Amino acid sequence: MKSTHSIGAISVAATLLMAGAAQAEKLTLYCSAQEDWCQLMARSFEEATGIDVDMTRKSSGETFAQIRAEASNPKGDVWWGGTGDPHLQAAEEGLTAEYISPMRGELHPWAISQAESAGNRTIGIYSGALGYGYNTDLMAANDLPEPSCWKDLLDPIYKGHVQMANPNSSGTAYTTLATIVQLFGEDEGFDFMKGLHANINQYTKSGSAPIKAAARGENTIGIVFMHDAVKQAVAGFPIKVVAPCEGTGYEIGSMSIVEGARNMDEAKAFYDWALSAEAQALALEVDAFQVMSNMAAPSSDLAPDMSALTLIDYDFAKYGSSDERKRLLQKWDEEVSTLPQ
Amino acid sequence: MRKAANEQTTHPVLIFWIIAGWVGYFVLPWYGVEDGFFRLAWLFDGWPVDEDFAPAAFLIAQGEKLWLAPMLLPLIAPLAVIRRRKTDPLFSVVLILSGAIGFAWLIAQGFGIGIRGFNFDWLTALFGDLGDRQFGMGYGALIVASSFLFLLTQGIAARGAINGDVFVVSAIGGVIVIVGTFVFFPIAKMLIFAFIAEDGGYSANVFVSKFFDDRIWGLGCLSGARCGVAWNSFFLAICVATATTTLGLTFALVVTRSGFRYKRAVRALTVLPIITPPFVIGLALILLFGLSGIVTETVSAWFGTQPTRWLYGLPGIMIAQTLAYTPIAFLVLIGVVEGVSPSMEEAAQTLRADKWQTFRTVSLPLMRPGLANAFLLGFIESMADFGNPLVLGGNYDVLSTEIFFAIVGAQYDQGRAAVLAMVLLFFTLSAFYAQRRWLGKKSYTTVTGKGDSGVHPLMPNRLSWPVLTIAGVWGTFTLIVYGMIVYGSFVDLWGVNNTLTFKHYITAFSVGWTEHGLHWSGSAWDSFFTTIFIAATAAPLTAAVGLTTAYLLTRQTFRGKNAFEFGTMLSFAIPGTVIGVSYILAFNVPPIELTGTGIILVVSFIFRNMPVGVRAGIASMSQLDKSLDESSLTLGANSWYTFRKVILPLMRPAILAALVFSFVRAMTAISAVIFLVSAKYDMATSYIIGRVENNDYGLAIAYATTLIFVMLSVVASLQFLIGRTQIGRRTQFMTGR
Repeated sequence: MKSTHSIGAISVAATLLMAGAAQAEKLTLYCSAQEDWCQLMARSFEEATGIDVDMTRKSSGETFAQIRAEASNPKGDVWWGGTGDPHLQAAEEGLTAEYISPMRGELHPWAISQAESAGNRTIGIYSGALGYGYNTDLMAANDLPEPSCWKDLLDPIYKGHVQMANPNSSGTAYTTLATIVQLFGEDEGFDFMKGLHANINQYTKSGSAPIKAAARGENTIGIVFMHDAVKQAVAGFPIKVVAPCEGTGYEIGSMSIVEGARNMDEAKAFYDWALSAEAQALALEVDAFQVMSNMAAPSSDLAPDMSALTLIDYDFAKYGSSDERKRLLQKWDEEVSTLPQ
Repeated sequence: MRKAANEQTTHPVLIFWIIAGWVGYFVLPWYGVEDGFFRLAWLFDGWPVDEDFAPAAFLIAQGEKLWLAPMLLPLIAPLAVIRRRKTDPLFSVVLILSGAIGFAWLIAQGFGIGIRGFNFDWLTALFGDLGDRQFGMGYGALIVASSFLFLLTQGIAARGAINGDVFVVSAIGGVIVIVGTFVFFPIAKMLIFAFIAEDGGYSANVFVSKFFDDRIWGLGCLSGARCGVAWNSFFLAICVATATTTLGLTFALVVTRSGFRYKRAVRALTVLPIITPPFVIGLALILLFGLSGIVTETVSAWFGTQPTRWLYGLPGIMIAQTLAYTPIAFLVLIGVVEGVSPSMEEAAQTLRADKWQTFRTVSLPLMRPGLANAFLLGFIESMADFGNPLVLGGNYDVLSTEIFFAIVGAQYDQGRAAVLAMVLLFFTLSAFYAQRRWLGKKSYTTVTGKGDSGVHPLMPNRLSWPVLTIAGVWGTFTLIVYGMIVYGSFVDLWGVNNTLTFKHYITAFSVGWTEHGLHWSGSAWDSFFTTIFIAATAAPLTAAVGLTTAYLLTRQTFRGKNAFEFGTMLSFAIPGTVIGVSYILAFNVPPIELTGTGIILVVSFIFRNMPVGVRAGIASMSQLDKSLDESSLTLGANSWYTFRKVILPLMRPAILAALVFSFVRAMTAISAVIFLVSAKYDMATSYIIGRVENNDYGLAIAYATTLIFVMLSVVASLQFLIGRTQIGRRTQFMTGR
């Protein structure tokens, strides 16, 4: 009696395990966009395909670090979102895989040129322009004039009111540095950074932290991507977004497949899906105001209109390369960050 | 009786471990199963012949992974002596040899052959290219390793070590191996990383240039620029340790030597730092004193001053850490202040010293060890703190956050992280060493066996007013800060829309009904359940390892006991960020491949919190008279039986305390966790950090408040349970850490 019992139990357990083994389709997604967007992408992909998604959200720098650390034994399959530079660096180091998606025909040219500059190891999924935002209440309380250009920020009246991230730890801030260098030339650009340094109250670690601090009233002006500033304004904070008059640089949020991914088929399925108009339309549900790469994807009225901005011809290949990056960061470290404030 | 037991020729424990070794070698998959440690899908997925899931024996039979073959011999050799007596020299020699050789080979092949064939160039040079590779070890390897270890310890016991006590020798061996694997190995691996140059080679120059970097040791702040992070951390830790010690002493004096009525309430406050998730205090301080904080705005409205960002930087971190760690100093000092013998103070007064003289020349000097202890604890805690500098740091960089950003930032410099971690480790270990060396030697004992029925005199007046004032002010401040935490969780959008709402709790913890039944739709449930699961798994293991170690330390004498003790307590002085960095460096590659699993979180908690279990165990075991064990042993029980039937039941309070404490600490940990969380295993604290980064203070604070109440109820039920399991006259089982 007892033995039949245990045999029964074993077969029940076995069936359960078989059932567990049957639904083996899964995908490990490294996500570097904002948390709720990541969640939504993961859940929607599960609904659309029935593939189980394991999603980790980390900043693009962290994810890049993780993919590099795991290079000899990859754990992730797809890396979605986050500024393009680390994606380009990963492509340069061969950490990500080549793939040409059938969805390419539907994409904006900038997304495809991003892919081509990296040997098709990455692709653009959204783009956003750099700018700054300020807290209108604090501006009024301190009787400060409203800035509209990059060079306005050098005015000593803004001393202690400007915040940007540290380019060493944030992709956003590195894009700022590279933009300024491309806009004004290297020497004048570094003079600009030195002048700005005098007005900076804190170099934050994370890229969007300055505008978040401004939203909470802990800081006045934050140099960030404009869509991040728009998001705070939409959330109800007294933030005004500025597109600098001299023109500005931009990022291309990218996506890559990890080289040697354990679930390569699922990774490609996600890749194609993420480039579709309906997947990109999800951005609006989570107040992500970037311009999406699929030409048919809807955009918000609140989003900064990329065609109305003066955009510089950002050299992603040059300023995304490890060497140039290291050189600029070292120069910034030595010549700017050590100055007294 | 015992002699007779030694003469027996059947060795059930030995047979058990021999068979376990065979099971590990012939039945269980040798390599790690990718789906997860506890998933059994491999049973139906080609096992035992599929290469991914095959046991070692099947691999060899198929001509694969032949380097596993030599282990067969030490697995079989012990059979030869199974009928022999323990006292037979051959018995111990065979066991020691097979255990040691097997274990050594297992480790050597694990490190020698990795994911790209041979791990060392000289091996390739010697044997040529391997043309094969191996991944991380799995169940099979784990069981075989344990089997070798216990064969070895049984052999050592048979030679007569520790009276031939198999249980004690095995326990010592087991603790050494796991502490070695999960504390010393990762730290050593991290040290090696500090020497790796960019091209992958090893170079001392790289280390020197990174170590003597101006960003670490620069003294620019003396001339208006910025100082290196090492000095920042050091200065901060000194300030915080001084402040917490002073305040801790103040509160201890209020509780023991004043007419203050609500002493129990003061004691209750001490539980707060244990149950407060990190950086919550920082958030509350921002809501109070930030540029747009309530206090800042009120003050600027009244006095017309210009609001500033003074909070961000040294002042903010200092206030937050002082709030957080004062109760710890209090816990240490209350025992010491109470321990000062009233008779000595009475003697001084009888000799016509006035109250002030008595306090200054008798009571205070006797409290010195407690003060030093509290100071060093505050120093270590401040150095290791990660959450508060992260939120309030401003431009004041400290080591713990710099380590984090060296690893996760765009700069991604593992070598720099390793060097910074070494500097941090150097500071905390020096403090830890000083605490043990310096305090261990002097005797300040005033509690003797003799009855001491005196009563502590009240504080002298000139001391009592300042002490009561400071305690009152700081106590009120603490309450306001915690009040802010609760209040902040109900505010819609801080600073913009101050209406009260439940919306953050609803977002985080809503529960809905769907056709499948209950649906945990709140965004926080995933990380909440993971946290509870991981903490609940880690707690009993922590208690088991901690109490076993405590038993060995208090009840057994063996060679190298001091080193053993130092090694087991060491992880207390290793900051969480250092553990985090060293774990990802050490356990991301074979032979032990744990990153991305829940196991690595559990393991990190066990070794982070083990010293707490050890201390609780030591405290409680030193109260149990040794004659209890001796009588049990005299009556013929062996030490395992004695441990189980005599000591463990008497230690129930200590066990419970260790359980709850490690559970709660695992729930509030952040510094190590933030490196180790993964998609599947996201912890509450790292989720909260994510919310903070996203400017979602409401949700972050609501989640933290929920955690505080959950942990409060856990601690309260512990009090309730312990209240019922009191043993004899003992009423206090643990007053410090």
